[in-house]
Amino acid sequence: MNEKVLEAINISKYFHDPLTMQVLNNVSFSMHKGEFVSIIGKSGCGKSTLLYILSTMDTDYEGDLIIDGVRMRTKNESELAQVRNEKIGFVFQFHYLLNEFSVLRNVMMPGLKLANFSEKEVEDRAYQKLKILGIESEALKRPNQLSGGQKQRVAIARALINDPLIIMGDEPTGNLDKKNSEVVFDIFTELAQVYNQSLLIVTHDNEFAARTKRIIEMEDGKIIKM
Amino acid sequence: MKFNLIASISRSLLMARWRQTLVAAIGVTFSITMFVGLLSFMSGLNDLLDGLILNRTPHIRLYNEILPSKNQPVDQAMLFKERHNFISSIKPKNERLEIYNNTAVIKALKNDDRVLGIAPKITAQVFYNVGGIDLTGVINGIDVEGENKLFSFSDYVTSGNYIDLKNTPNSIILGKGAADKMLAEIGDVIQVTTAKGERKQLKVVGYFESGLLEIDKVQSYASINTTQKLLGESNNYITDIQIKLKNMLIAPQLAKEYQHLFNVEAVDIQTANSQFETGSSVRTLISYAVGITLLIVAGFGIYNILNMMIYEKMDSIAILKATGFSGKDVNNIFTTIALSIGIFGGLLGLLCGYGLSALIDQIPFDTPSLPTIKTYPINYNPKFYLIGAVFSIVTTYLAGYLPSRKASKIDPVIIIRGK
Ligand SMILES: Nc1ncnc2c1ncn2[C@@H]1O[C@H](COP(=O)(O)OP(=O)(O)OP(=O)(O)O)[C@@H](O)[C@H]1O
Ligand SMILES: [Mg+2]
Repeated sequence: MNEKVLEAINISKYFHDPLTMQVLNNVSFSMHKGEFVSIIGKSGCGKSTLLYILSTMDTDYEGDLIIDGVRMRTKNESELAQVRNEKIGFVFQFHYLLNEFSVLRNVMMPGLKLANFSEKEVEDRAYQKLKILGIESEALKRPNQLSGGQKQRVAIARALINDPLIIMGDEPTGNLDKKNSEVVFDIFTELAQVYNQSLLIVTHDNEFAARTKRIIEMEDGKIIKM
Repeated sequence: MKFNLIASISRSLLMARWRQTLVAAIGVTFSITMFVGLLSFMSGLNDLLDGLILNRTPHIRLYNEILPSKNQPVDQAMLFKERHNFISSIKPKNERLEIYNNTAVIKALKNDDRVLGIAPKITAQVFYNVGGIDLTGVINGIDVEGENKLFSFSDYVTSGNYIDLKNTPNSIILGKGAADKMLAEIGDVIQVTTAKGERKQLKVVGYFESGLLEIDKVQSYASINTTQKLLGESNNYITDIQIKLKNMLIAPQLAKEYQHLFNVEAVDIQTANSQFETGSSVRTLISYAVGITLLIVAGFGIYNILNMMIYEKMDSIAILKATGFSGKDVNNIFTTIALSIGIFGGLLGLLCGYGLSALIDQIPFDTPSLPTIKTYPINYNPKFYLIGAVFSIVTTYLAGYLPSRKASKIDPVIIIRGK
């Protein structure tokens, strides 16, 4: 139960444009399976930057990132894509759904890419995930026919499709009203408690953070409390 | 499975922009249509023009030429062996133009399995007597059936029946130009004077039109027997042996071989008609250049639409990458889009190209100098379709290459952060 799913070791990050400045300064922490962790901090302290590194999308950093016991530095671009596909579900502040496809197809997409299951099975699983999120009735609509809260739930269903090791979110409720934020938070809590899902969520919402099991607080690129 | 996914994503992206995609595909269609149409027409025209000369030219012609002796006495003197000698005192003597021992030569040629067929011929210089005037002319004494088999003689006999030449004694088929000058109708009797001054009456049984006006003013045809009688020669007198080969390309080397073997002059078709080959190849080159230019223009169309699509779909590309699609997958998606535009447009282009060719083939093309041609000539060579298909795919692939690479390099972090 206490295996580490993710470990950051002395991660530093610099931006060179327009001036060289250090955005992350020796960030180290680790996360265990089933933990629901939130990252808070002032605007501009480097939360998003950290999350992009942890999600393997940004590879330009110093230090080490270990996911599921494997050093990410040893992997090339397409292997990292594979890691994201299989082990990480990402939820953005903006929903980022593909308007060319139906809601169902959007949810299925990472599953089809992983190809662990047949197309039919992936479809069944997508329906299950939509059901967990209470929006299976919208499955055949286009994303642009949904409300903001519904879209965000579709994005969460998509993040869940491959039963990822960890779900990461960058202000997933930032764009939602109070009620919808509540719904999304409840879903996260349920995932953590019922399905033992590990979650790492960046948020501005201190109320939201206070209800998670563990809070990591950042300031000027450093972790000051965890 | 993997390919299905890539294909289905490509299809959806295409469909989202189907109007622009259609325009790009039509660009390819148009260029392939023109490419195929142009080449088929040009090549048909080339074949026609070449045929005008080449079909009626023997691959090798054996003949005798009156030449000064190659062994001048001065060359044989030891003293001047190494020098350039200006004195050549032995002039050509009254040699005959006849090919000696031609029965044996013909027999040997008939047994040579590189040879498709042979037709002996006599060329006789004559004057056509028109009232008080003499027009210069040439009577070709031919083996009527052999000539027809090898050189489609009957195609060019526009009035009268070519076989009458064999069946009617002392008959002649006049060149149309010569006939017009002489006001000679079919059935009339005309008079010719040979180079030795003998006069002879010949019955006109037809007109001959080669398509080359100058030739039709001079040349006429008679049977070998008639010509031999006209010249007062024996019935094994022959001045030319025309040879058609199974493979025209070996004509030059075979000509040399026969020259030695039979001790005659031999000229091959390539040497005799080199200017025609140049003309055809230049025309072909121009058609290819135009066709390929069109394709390149179409390629830019595809390049544009893909670039635009990638610009519009930045978000989608970023999200695909964030959810686990690699750069290579994204590259494949856009390459697939480019190729499907190319394949769809190209196939349609091949069909339209065939249609265009068939259409041109229906347009009447009546010219008095080309009696056998009724419509514009088209060459339906599958080669053009193959080249068109290959080119449409290659150009679209190249047009898609840079945009696809650009798409594969898109950094999702930049896009996602940008919002
Ligand atoms: N591409 C970039 N080039 C230069 N500096 C950058 C770049 N992206 C981010 N930064 C800087 O890095 C710092 C951290 O940015 P980051 O987006 O991680 O902040 P954040 O903690 O997510 O803030 P917020 O809560 O407002 O989202 C900021 O000062 C920002 O100006
Ligand atoms: Mg941020």
